[in-house]
Amino acid sequence: MTAQSCPRQHCATTMDSAALEPSLYTVKAVFILDNDGNKTLQKNLKNYYDPELYPSMKEQKNFELNVFNKTHKADNEIAFLEGMTIVYKSSIDLFFYVVGSAQENELMLMAVLNCLFESVSQMLRKNVEKRTLLDNMDGVFLVVDEIIDGGVILESDPQQVIEKVNYRADDSPLSEQSVAQHITEKLALTSNVLQSAKEQIKWSILK
Amino acid sequence: MIKKFDKKDEESGSGSNPFQHLEKSAVLQEARIFNETPINPRRCLHILTKIIYLLNQGEHFGTTEATEAFFAMTRLFQSNDQTLRRMCYLTIKEMANISEDVIIVTSSLTKDMTGKEDVYRGPAIRALCRITDTTMLQAIERYMKQAIVDKVPSVSSSALVSSLHMVKMSFDVVKRWVNEAQEAASSDNIMVQYHALGLLYHLRKNDRLAVTKMLNKFTKSGLKSPFAYCMMIRIASKLLEETEGGHDSPLFDFIESCLRNKHEMVVYEAASAIVHMPKCTARELAPAVSVLQLFCSSPKAALRYAAVRTLNKVAMKHPSAVTACNLDLENLITDSNRSIATLAITTLLKTGSESSVDRLMKQISSFVSEISDEFKVVVVQAISALCQKYPRKHSVMMNFLSNMLRDDGGFEYKRAIVDCIISIIEENPESKETGLAHLCEFIEDCEHTVLATKILHMLGKEGPRTPTPSKYIRFIFNRVVLESEAVRAAAVSALAKFGAQNDDLLPSVLVLMQRCMMDSDDEVRDRATFYMNVLQQKQKALNAAYIFNGLSVSVPGLEKSLHQYTLEPSEKPFDMKTVPLATAPITEQKTEIAPMATSKLPEKLAPARQDIYQEQLAAIPEFKGLGPLFKSSEPVQLTEAETEYVVRCIKHTFGNHMIFQFDCTNTLNDQLLQRVQVQMEPSESYEVLHYVPAPSLHYSQPNSCYSLVRLPEDDPTAVSCTFSCTMKYLVRDCDPNTGEPDDDGYDDEYVLEDLEVTVADHIQKVLKPNFGAAWEEIGDEFEKEETFALATVRTLDEAVNNIISFLGMQPCERSDKVAENKNSHVLFLAGVFRGGHDVLVRARLALADGVTMQVTVRSTDENVVDVILASVG
Repeated sequence: MTAQSCPRQHCATTMDSAALEPSLYTVKAVFILDNDGNKTLQKNLKNYYDPELYPSMKEQKNFELNVFNKTHKADNEIAFLEGMTIVYKSSIDLFFYVVGSAQENELMLMAVLNCLFESVSQMLRKNVEKRTLLDNMDGVFLVVDEIIDGGVILESDPQQVIEKVNYRADDSPLSEQSVAQHITEKLALTSNVLQSAKEQIKWSILK
Repeated sequence: MIKKFDKKDEESGSGSNPFQHLEKSAVLQEARIFNETPINPRRCLHILTKIIYLLNQGEHFGTTEATEAFFAMTRLFQSNDQTLRRMCYLTIKEMANISEDVIIVTSSLTKDMTGKEDVYRGPAIRALCRITDTTMLQAIERYMKQAIVDKVPSVSSSALVSSLHMVKMSFDVVKRWVNEAQEAASSDNIMVQYHALGLLYHLRKNDRLAVTKMLNKFTKSGLKSPFAYCMMIRIASKLLEETEGGHDSPLFDFIESCLRNKHEMVVYEAASAIVHMPKCTARELAPAVSVLQLFCSSPKAALRYAAVRTLNKVAMKHPSAVTACNLDLENLITDSNRSIATLAITTLLKTGSESSVDRLMKQISSFVSEISDEFKVVVVQAISALCQKYPRKHSVMMNFLSNMLRDDGGFEYKRAIVDCIISIIEENPESKETGLAHLCEFIEDCEHTVLATKILHMLGKEGPRTPTPSKYIRFIFNRVVLESEAVRAAAVSALAKFGAQNDDLLPSVLVLMQRCMMDSDDEVRDRATFYMNVLQQKQKALNAAYIFNGLSVSVPGLEKSLHQYTLEPSEKPFDMKTVPLATAPITEQKTEIAPMATSKLPEKLAPARQDIYQEQLAAIPEFKGLGPLFKSSEPVQLTEAETEYVVRCIKHTFGNHMIFQFDCTNTLNDQLLQRVQVQMEPSESYEVLHYVPAPSLHYSQPNSCYSLVRLPEDDPTAVSCTFSCTMKYLVRDCDPNTGEPDDDGYDDEYVLEDLEVTVADHIQKVLKPNFGAAWEEIGDEFEKEETFALATVRTLDEAVNNIISFLGMQPCERSDKVAENKNSHVLFLAGVFRGGHDVLVRARLALADGVTMQVTVRSTDENVVDVILASVG
């Protein structure tokens, strides 16, 4: 007989759920994109994604493309896209992104981004560009692993991260292939120098 | 020099990226060198990196190949190269879900996590927990407990975070580590503290008392980590919301004290928490607003963004609280980050004065194309709010909106603009023509069917009443030629309205209609044929009933009645009057017609309400055969809010009866009430037929009892009546803790407030979109007119609101809004009287010393007219 439920109980106050459920799961995604000059083509270098928000590769790619298109022109540090807060930072030909929910504390996300960038920068001895990053990919993987674990901020101090990773960046690429590459590059440079010297002489004579 | 090489590389393509063209099979082939002795750490490292890279790219690994690579990788544990070992952990984590038998590495990982090398221990714990399931967890429980309280911060943090991940999977096991987590929470390391707090909260969040205790402890002892403070603020504000704690609560004090923390992150979190509190007064907001104001001039873009976004939220509810920040916001208008600039402008639009509107709109139109759709919608919403505040600014706004409408944008964005324009048109008669012109232009090239049909409906409603209706015909007919079925059908309906309203257009509309009758779609053809035939009759009443005002019944109700009719075949034709009426939907556009007047309730709830009642009442055998439910009133409170028993009444009106539903709640935990019923003593010739008591009323479990009353048949004008109500029941005292009642009880009664039945209970609201046509349709057969002086009323607004609430009828043609600075007004009201008689009221109001009112009532039934006039007098 108690089945006659009182309809007024449905009148729950539907305030927008502005308050965030307290949780350590702060970061929804971390990724680094490069800019190949060809603006539509980027390569994702390292990512962490919240599997609930972006279950498949396709959604991740779409999201990245959208984010890249909206952010690569101006270095604005923060954006709001597809209902997500995105903080980002660029360096030469790289873009570092940290994504959190719309209600997330933006400064917490910034702390993660700064830590990521500083750690990578220290590890690569300030050469934060695509080439060095690719050469030290394993190090970058380890750095991200130390900063974020399944969406939880594990560490926010770059000094600590570097100590924990304890990674030495390559100074001189030693493999045969790279030596050969090195030599050809050197040769190309010398021929370049010769070429320009010739030009200069030619011009001075012509004058 | 190095730079120069890079440039060359880039020009020559992407050859510089060693990971560009990786082949999965080739990489797996290479992975065979894992088996070589001695291990070459460098090369193995490189291959592991490639594998992880491929996994990150979303490359699919089959179970067999993944397992093979995984097993080969396990050999690398023999090497002592640090980076290689770390990459092994990563590979284990990445492959945990795709490879089989990952648990074979358990012993190696357990060795590393308890070993001497601190560098390995943290990552080993995290890898181990990733491959562990509930049964395995028991085996490593001992190590986990030790790790949580380990003095090396990275080990402790790793153990805490891994435990948190495992709470979802095996809550019961992790719950046993609460003491260790407690110990870790007092660690000196800021991250350990944060992680311990997070884990503790996750373990205890269902136990409000434990959470409160935890908060008290940490607010007293203080924390080192800014992250932990942010977490605490969130927990505290959630608790405040749940307990509906006032602002004198120590939790609020804690949050407020965080505004003075030295970390910006904590200060911002606290300010944002205060702003988001549901019942925050301007005075409590002030300190939060002033720290946000400081952040507005920060050099950090993220901080400025955070501040202005939060201020924007404040401005929605308390615009005056933000006025102090106007100067700082002005400076942000030109911020290079467009998101910040947009938020600053929309905030200023909410707080600023009318004079600044033009300038702000100009500013924002300079970069509106650069911002994302999300922010464009924010801008449109701000404009919409602004139009209501400053109606005179509509020309600026309309211009701006039409420009936005021409830009590219997604559906949500366009819909926001269209909604905004429509609301401006409805608010401001002067803006009607420009607005309609913009909308016409928009549907010329509109890919969204929903928007096109919506605009066509709008055109059909408003277009015929403009000075030059003919110019809209072309836009509408273009749609018939060019668009999809749904849009064509909507266009046909719109055309018919032009034909019905404007006699001089009728011949041309009929020609166009003729062409629509050859449409390829059934619905379009049917509509065209129907309208054609109606229009050819050239009868105002037909036009009003079938073209302008449509059906006023509730669609689900009609469906149910028709179904019932087909189940019980009878000689009688189906009677539309037996179908429950739909009351005026809040806006006419809504596709779901709300069956009750529920403008105050949330929309989602509205459609179900009367149906719920109908079903509940039909389930009670005493109430069989009363016919369909005509109207259910809003609940009326019959007790004060804080009394022993709380009773409220809902009045359900039927054809010749009324049912009073008393929702009773017992707020005494030491009493059980039984056989509860409400005795009613009517003042007029109303007759109480039945009481249906509630069998029992337990503490805080609401239950309902009912009374059935017959309305006086011989005197149809007796619509109002006062009932004195007494609740009678049997009390049985019971133990407050167990709820076990005593064996015997005693009878008792409780006097309730009087219940009034008024004329409004007999009238259901119905919206007539075209009141004039409906007025003509009913005709003046039973028209009556009378003049009254309302001496106590001082303003026209007040008079209008009084009449509406007294008669319980639906205001039409937006006549419930009184124009400013006028001293006369005409109010149009429409409704259906019990028994299915349409009733329309036209009230002319004039303001002198008091308000003088001339009421004209038309109805299809003479009695109804008398009832209304009698009750007004």
